[in-house]
Amino acid sequence: MSSVAQKSGFGATLWDWLTTVDHKKIGILYLLGGLFFFVLGGIEAMIIRLQLMTPNNDLVSAGLFNDLITMHGTTMIFLAAMPILFGFMNAIMPLQIGARDVAFPFINSLGFWMFAFGGLFLNISWLFGEVPDAGWTSYASLSLHSPGHGVDFYAIGLQIAGGGTLMAGINFLVTIINMRAPGMTYMRMPLFTWTTFVASAMILFAFPPLTIGLFFLTFDRMFSGNFFDHTMGGNTIIWEHIFWIFGHPEVYILILPAFGIFSEVFSVFSRKRLFGYTAMVFATVLIGFLGFMVWAHHMFTVGLGPTANAIFAVATMAIAVPTGVKIFNWLLTIWGGSIKVTTPMLYALGFIPSFVMGGVTGVMQGAAPLDYQLHDSYFIVAHFHYVIVGGVVLAIFAGLHYWWPKMFGTMLSEFLGKITFVFFFIGFHMTFLIQHWLGFWGMPRRVWTFMDGQGWNIANMVSTIGALLMAIGFTVMVINIIMTTVKNERVGNDPWGDGRTLEWAIPSPPPFYNFPATPLVRGLDTLWIEKMEGSKEMITPAEPITDIHMPHGSIIPMLMTLGLFIAGFGAMFQQETSWGLGVLIFGLAFTFVAMATRSLKDDLGYYVTKEQILQDQENIKRGRN
Amino acid sequence: MIKGLKKWRLFSLLAVFAVFMAGCGNEEISTFQPAGQVANDQFKLLLLASGIMLLVIIVVVIIYTVALFRFRRSKLGEDHIPEQVEGSHTLELLWTFIPIVLLLILAIPTVHYTYKLGDVKAMGAVDEDGNAENLVVDVTAKLYWWEFEYPDLGIVTAQELVVPTDEKVYFNLIAADVKHSFWIPSVGGKLDTNVENVNKFYLSFEKESDGLKDGVFYGKCAELCGPSHALMDFKVKTLPRDQFDSWVTAMQKTAEEPVVANADGEEVFSQSCIGCHAVSGVGESGAQGPNLASFGDRNRVAGFLEHDEENLKDWIRDTQKHKPGNTMPSFSEDQISDEDLDALAEYLMGLKVAK
Repeated sequence: MSSVAQKSGFGATLWDWLTTVDHKKIGILYLLGGLFFFVLGGIEAMIIRLQLMTPNNDLVSAGLFNDLITMHGTTMIFLAAMPILFGFMNAIMPLQIGARDVAFPFINSLGFWMFAFGGLFLNISWLFGEVPDAGWTSYASLSLHSPGHGVDFYAIGLQIAGGGTLMAGINFLVTIINMRAPGMTYMRMPLFTWTTFVASAMILFAFPPLTIGLFFLTFDRMFSGNFFDHTMGGNTIIWEHIFWIFGHPEVYILILPAFGIFSEVFSVFSRKRLFGYTAMVFATVLIGFLGFMVWAHHMFTVGLGPTANAIFAVATMAIAVPTGVKIFNWLLTIWGGSIKVTTPMLYALGFIPSFVMGGVTGVMQGAAPLDYQLHDSYFIVAHFHYVIVGGVVLAIFAGLHYWWPKMFGTMLSEFLGKITFVFFFIGFHMTFLIQHWLGFWGMPRRVWTFMDGQGWNIANMVSTIGALLMAIGFTVMVINIIMTTVKNERVGNDPWGDGRTLEWAIPSPPPFYNFPATPLVRGLDTLWIEKMEGSKEMITPAEPITDIHMPHGSIIPMLMTLGLFIAGFGAMFQQETSWGLGVLIFGLAFTFVAMATRSLKDDLGYYVTKEQILQDQENIKRGRN
Repeated sequence: MIKGLKKWRLFSLLAVFAVFMAGCGNEEISTFQPAGQVANDQFKLLLLASGIMLLVIIVVVIIYTVALFRFRRSKLGEDHIPEQVEGSHTLELLWTFIPIVLLLILAIPTVHYTYKLGDVKAMGAVDEDGNAENLVVDVTAKLYWWEFEYPDLGIVTAQELVVPTDEKVYFNLIAADVKHSFWIPSVGGKLDTNVENVNKFYLSFEKESDGLKDGVFYGKCAELCGPSHALMDFKVKTLPRDQFDSWVTAMQKTAEEPVVANADGEEVFSQSCIGCHAVSGVGESGAQGPNLASFGDRNRVAGFLEHDEENLKDWIRDTQKHKPGNTMPSFSEDQISDEDLDALAEYLMGLKVAK
């Protein structure tokens, strides 16, 4: 599409992707990386469910089972759900606000590579045979007690990946604050942009506590610090507070962008403005705020005392109010609309009852005395899978089908998409609904096996069969993706026909400079306004076409991360080997040299000339006609 | 009239719900069949919360279904452009206000029960003679077994908690190595055993365990604590007060009049096992291994295996196979010969205090 001269061939393409700072390409990288880890986490989940299919099963050993649950949780949260959402944010959010790029393209690339290498570092633990086994929460007494390097992989891997997340969050924040097109006031931003904004703000406040916690854990385990070791005056409960001050906002960091995706989908496929837009924005901000106020509801049974429990119980319940506002506003968006049940809409429609069920069980756990029974039982497993799978994963699938044509210029099969939905949705409810009862019937979570005769056999069998159905559904989706890519049938700007926001006004996939001329935004749902006015170009430009400044690609972000990756191994082995310390120093030095290179080398980017852009536009028009 | 009807509906809904829920699960472990005041309070809260939450789900699903049926594009025509409504302040206030009211209905009993179940003031109370008014049990959670000490009675036991019915029993909970969590689902909600501080709470046992399938309630460790977390079970035997008192007396007697079912077995025990295991019920917590004074009365070997000599011998031969990561060494044939093991098993199975 671009007329800028590019080398072709495998090597050149690979180099292009390794050095890219284009937010759309980084979005695709995040998406691919996230999907890769999603498959990995899914395989782990299937083994977990197969092990629990029958009582006294011995498919996997006790130690391996703990490895599996830890890696499943960690992978799904940090390496699958968040990166895939980041993929959408990167690819779509700048388009929605009419920006040419993100605020810090270099940092954007660095953020991706830190996620990729952090994830790699964590999963290399499988090759070493020393895998994190203290749960994704890695509660301190157990994580200090855990032998081998498993928990070290967890601490260092997440430290690297977490750094990437923080950078991505800051980048999105600055992009949204500074780079909106003329006329795009805050109250005209599409809801996906709004939720990206609030989620990024939450990342800014939630990830530093995680960084500190992991730092303490690393120092306790590797350098004999005593932050958590109670025999030396440390305190393990501090870890729980630090972890949940990060961990609770984290679930809202995941669910808010999901809400954003559904808001877009509902309004597009109901052909209607989002009902109560202002209230939706306010509810999003309020959820973001309350998300930080309720971390201790994960700790009702720790022994904080009745007063703390009562306060956190009531605060937790309060979150149901803005969430309820959102649910009813979505319902009223489809009410009186013109509903077209496409695949993304199918996911959105499946989301409402699923998420309401997951939400109300959250309120039930918010009732502290009831939580004494529910906490750490299978009820909890059921609850958080209902909100995370029923909310985040359904949103990811919806977003994947919805934005796939925009990101790749070709449309996923609607038929296969619907088959995926049916298998996945039925499998999901089958897997997790019954687990609520397993919890009531006394089954603790994270158990590697269970004895016969406790009344849990049939329910566990049902749950496992449900998980198999989910796996079938996902496999169909992978087939769908491969088939679509092979067929490669190109689509136009607005393949759904009812696009309301700016990303649907430009070609699919967009040219690398996004907008030939920055658009003028005249209200909420910009594209819809243009459509209603019968505008031919679908964009009212805010400026004439001029030369566009673009940044150069760079390999430095990858090299910087590579240094940290090497240093991670050095830190881990510095105690038992003679070379560990050397590798640690080498890795860090490598990173610093890369950083220094970046600082000292002037790279002012380049200009795409006006002539090239006009030529490009001409080509696009001809291609369309 | 309509108001009365609505109330009646809600009530019958809750009643149906209660019957439905009480019907499921095994009596010795299900939270749906509360066997004491604490579990009962929690069950009541569960019914209230489930009722409210079910109401919310029903309302959402009704609006959702109607919208889905009425406003399909296939019905309205491909070219239909719906009215682009902004929103409605009245409606939005309505669905802000109603949830707040619903949550208040749930929040008030929540706060009430939080304080009620957290009330351990009576724990240290003594009568005029200086005797403790209430039974206190010190629980120590270890990798992967439970120790129960009765400080006021001077006895200690493991793996099987014995308590009197119809009175509050107070617990001091702590972990010796890593964090665990103490949970008896049918008797009341859990509390963590932390490594650095003692947690206190009470439970009340209102049903005798005699009539249950195994004659015991099931207790669980609810916090991931290592490979054998799933196997860290314990059992609870509830007795009427007088039977409990005689159990205590029998336990106290094990110090002076040890039971010996097999003298050879006792010999083996004193050579190989006594370093970690006590056979006298009199003592304090803090032992290396579980106290075996009432081993013959127990329901399970190692907390989870069927209670027979075969399993016991298997267990001693290879502890890691049964409970990976536990701290008891295995004893090979070089250490304990087959005959000795038979004698030892008979001796251990003979360690009974209940007649």
